Amino acid sequence: MKSWNKGRAEEIIQAHRNTQGAALPILHGLQTEFGFVSEEAIPMIADALNLTRAEIHGIVTFYHDFRREPAGRHVLKLCRAEACQSMGGDALAARVRERLRLGWSETTDDRSVTLEPVYCLGLCACAPAAMLDGRPVGRLDRESLDALLDGVQP
Amino acid sequence: MTARFFVPRDSGSLAVGADEVAVALASAARKRNTPVEIVRTGSRGLYWLEPMIEVATPKGRIAYGPVDPRDVDALFDAGILGGGPHALRLGPPEEIPFLKRQTRLTFARCGVVDPLSISDYRAHGGWRGLERAIRLEPAMIVEEVIQSGLRGRGGAGFPTGIKWRTVRDAESVQKYVVCNADEGDSGTFADRMIMEGDPFVLIEGMAIAGIATGAAKGFIYIRSEYPHAVATMAAAIEAARREGWLGKPAAGSFNDFDIELRVGAGAYVCGEETSMLESMEGKRGVVRAKPPLPAHHGFFGKPTVVNNVLSLASVPIILSEGAQFYRDFGMGRSRGTMPIQLAGNVKRGGLFETAFGVTLGELVDDIGGGTASGRPVRAVQVGGPLGAYFPRTLFDTPFDYEAFAARDGLIGHGGIVVFDDTVDMARQARFAMEFCAVESCGKCTPCRIGSTRGVEIIDRIRHDVEREANLALVEDLCSTMKFGSLCALGGFTPYPVMSAIRHFPEDFGASPRLAAAE
Repeated sequence: MKSWNKGRAEEIIQAHRNTQGAALPILHGLQTEFGFVSEEAIPMIADALNLTRAEIHGIVTFYHDFRREPAGRHVLKLCRAEACQSMGGDALAARVRERLRLGWSETTDDRSVTLEPVYCLGLCACAPAAMLDGRPVGRLDRESLDALLDGVQP
Repeated sequence: MTARFFVPRDSGSLAVGADEVAVALASAARKRNTPVEIVRTGSRGLYWLEPMIEVATPKGRIAYGPVDPRDVDALFDAGILGGGPHALRLGPPEEIPFLKRQTRLTFARCGVVDPLSISDYRAHGGWRGLERAIRLEPAMIVEEVIQSGLRGRGGAGFPTGIKWRTVRDAESVQKYVVCNADEGDSGTFADRMIMEGDPFVLIEGMAIAGIATGAAKGFIYIRSEYPHAVATMAAAIEAARREGWLGKPAAGSFNDFDIELRVGAGAYVCGEETSMLESMEGKRGVVRAKPPLPAHHGFFGKPTVVNNVLSLASVPIILSEGAQFYRDFGMGRSRGTMPIQLAGNVKRGGLFETAFGVTLGELVDDIGGGTASGRPVRAVQVGGPLGAYFPRTLFDTPFDYEAFAARDGLIGHGGIVVFDDTVDMARQARFAMEFCAVESCGKCTPCRIGSTRGVEIIDRIRHDVEREANLALVEDLCSTMKFGSLCALGGFTPYPVMSAIRHFPEDFGASPRLAAAE
């Protein structure tokens, strides 16, 4: 993840601004580069798309994916949906929150891990499932979950 | 002689260690100075056997699974290169009962081919549908799809051919074909499997739709939770362009057709077609009123076909084999095959494509083998988070659009989530309301606010606070949400909630009066 940089952000916005319905490609571009969508980006996007800052704010905040602040070094998305629930997903989630002392969408104090809820990864026949830094993990149990967390916590 | 292994790159297989197995295979081969080729394929969809690897032998491919990297040396010693015996040997994959019982029309190539090899695709029957479509009058292509009886596989079950005809008849210079790949229902992964395992079939289906309707541009809107599907589709589109199957003109026809990918951003409601179109137009995914239909007024106001991945992926075989071939499978008004997904607490989870008509009980007990935990099956949610929970007493329901609707259920996108007897149905009902609240686009008051109130009411019921009054209230709330919501998110949340209360009243501490009504 690169640190927020206005010049780089402007490049990303310009690269996508002529796409039909450019807002989501722009926002994805910014989040891929910086890991979040900075408040500073809002007026820049509004300007490029000839929309109001309020409209851009509305778009960014509608979608669960877009973070308003940088994430930790690692992002753990844990599935909270029905198929994973049927295989004990709720208990695993409780275990993670207890161990990391986090609520959903929060980051540990040492900035090592951000925990995010996700509603279905399409790994429903390998439940309970999660995604760690974009890597899918299935058939989780307490042991493998602890091993996963050991790998990302100092 | 170079040995040839097939190891899935499907994200479900990756999630249980397929990459590590591929590395171990390469390493073991190197150690033994054996040249190997490892082909990464989609998954065959027998997830309880993943990582499931196959080896090419003179007698055909032999499967082994579930393979752990630590098993690889022993597999080599046991003669895996010749398909030799081992505890993990499954034999020819087509003979595995779970697969043998299926009718794989849409999923014919998934797990068999290299998803990014155009020549592999062609060798397995690919492009034949498009080649025939190019020689037909567009009106004839539409007629073929109508005659096939294909109904939208996303969940609504609307006749695909009728939708295409509407767009074809609309007068506009610009038209679009949009593939809805926002497969957000828990318990479903068929779209993901196709995009990761046989992406060209989707491209071919969309190209046929383009010719039939007069659209020169297609979009695929894939949810962001499917990064491997996004990457695979992007690579497949590139390959198709390089070989001339997409472009100006496409595939040796007179039509231009190209496809652009769009990625969602974590909103379940964007699986609703008008919400998806709003999202593609760069806005909040707020649901639109219909009429006008997207077929008349869709992407930026132009006539637009919106179809699910499986609907489009079923078109090539309809064109290459003919409408009657597809139509001959199925029952009643549900024709063709349905890729059913067995998920959750099920012993044999995976993709089961079959003609409509098999019963829910056969799917769960016989094919799925009951629960993974070994405990009794207590409830099954069919059709995703907006689908009803069915008890064992309804297991004789055939998998058919009308049969499920008759019992206040729905088959939706074909997902079946199995729960054992540790499930608390009041918690499930609460989750249904919670999920609606999290994912509501906010337009309709009954959905936006009713869902939050629904969570609170169910919590009161669970804590025995004015239980009878609150049970009556949640039923009334559900009626308001059902009739007062513009789309299925608010409109169908009553399905899981009321089915849980009706079929599992004991979890809601219901009075003997309610329980006796069962």
